[in-house]
Amino acid sequence: MAIADLANPTRFLKFADRTIPWLGGLTVIVFAYGIDQAMLAPDDYQQGATVKIMFLHVPSAWLGMLGWGVMSVAALGTLVWRHPLADVAAKAAAPIGAAFTLLCLVTGSLWGRPEWGTYWVWDARLTSELVLLLLYLGVIALWRTVEDPSRAARAAAILTLVGAIDLPIIKFSVDWWNTLHQGASVFRIGGSTINSSILIPLFIMAAAFTLLFFTLHLAAMRNEILRRRVRTLRLMQASAVS
Amino acid sequence: MNAVNHMGFIIASYAAAVAVVGVLIVWVTLDYRAQRLRLADLEMRGVTRRSAPARSEPAIEQAKEKA
Repeated sequence: MAIADLANPTRFLKFADRTIPWLGGLTVIVFAYGIDQAMLAPDDYQQGATVKIMFLHVPSAWLGMLGWGVMSVAALGTLVWRHPLADVAAKAAAPIGAAFTLLCLVTGSLWGRPEWGTYWVWDARLTSELVLLLLYLGVIALWRTVEDPSRAARAAAILTLVGAIDLPIIKFSVDWWNTLHQGASVFRIGGSTINSSILIPLFIMAAAFTLLFFTLHLAAMRNEILRRRVRTLRLMQASAVS
Repeated sequence: MNAVNHMGFIIASYAAAVAVVGVLIVWVTLDYRAQRLRLADLEMRGVTRRSAPARSEPAIEQAKEKA
């Protein structure tokens, strides 16, 4: 099946029905391996056992940003290419991205208390991450406020593209401002500062979280297509009665 | 750094992850069932898409059971 064929919702549903069980199974396997490796990883020489929180916190942060990235590409698909599944993809990604951003903030807070002595501080990285969560909630509210999905899609697409400004702010906040949050330590010029005994489990966990994200996203897209079918049928039914 | 002192934070983090992922999985699963049930109900009442093939009563019952 060509990728262009997936623009047809019926073909997409068949593709989703076939793919979700395999993707879900693969997610479980990679998670099992990732958690095993994370638990076997040595403690950090400075942070001790609390480094185990990193295996949840960092992938959650990446996926919070990936979710908004997916929504931004989908927003272009809605506004520029008018792809039939673009707004479905954007709407389906929002709650999942919001959940991972929330998890990032919660685990970051729980990691911050033993390391910094506080659950929260209004520094640039934490604040920009909180702004991302508020942006997610704003987009979700917008989708729920506007009845007509195509009108809601255009409004949400504009908000999404404006909100995308927050992504580089999150990434570079630790470089641009003096923050309590540590600087970039995984993807940086000169290579990672993390030892491979911790870095490899981190990448496995990131792969597991990414697989989970795409499994849930595919399933949520399928639900959204079905929801729109229900809406169309109800409108047909109402117009037949009147 | 004493691991035992901070075990509560580690456990709370993993519990939060399980809760968030669990809520997402339950939400997606229940939403799928709800939409399938609504579609099956509409089709049973004879409301179908113009492009959809006509479905027999047993097929509709099967769809409801699957949902």
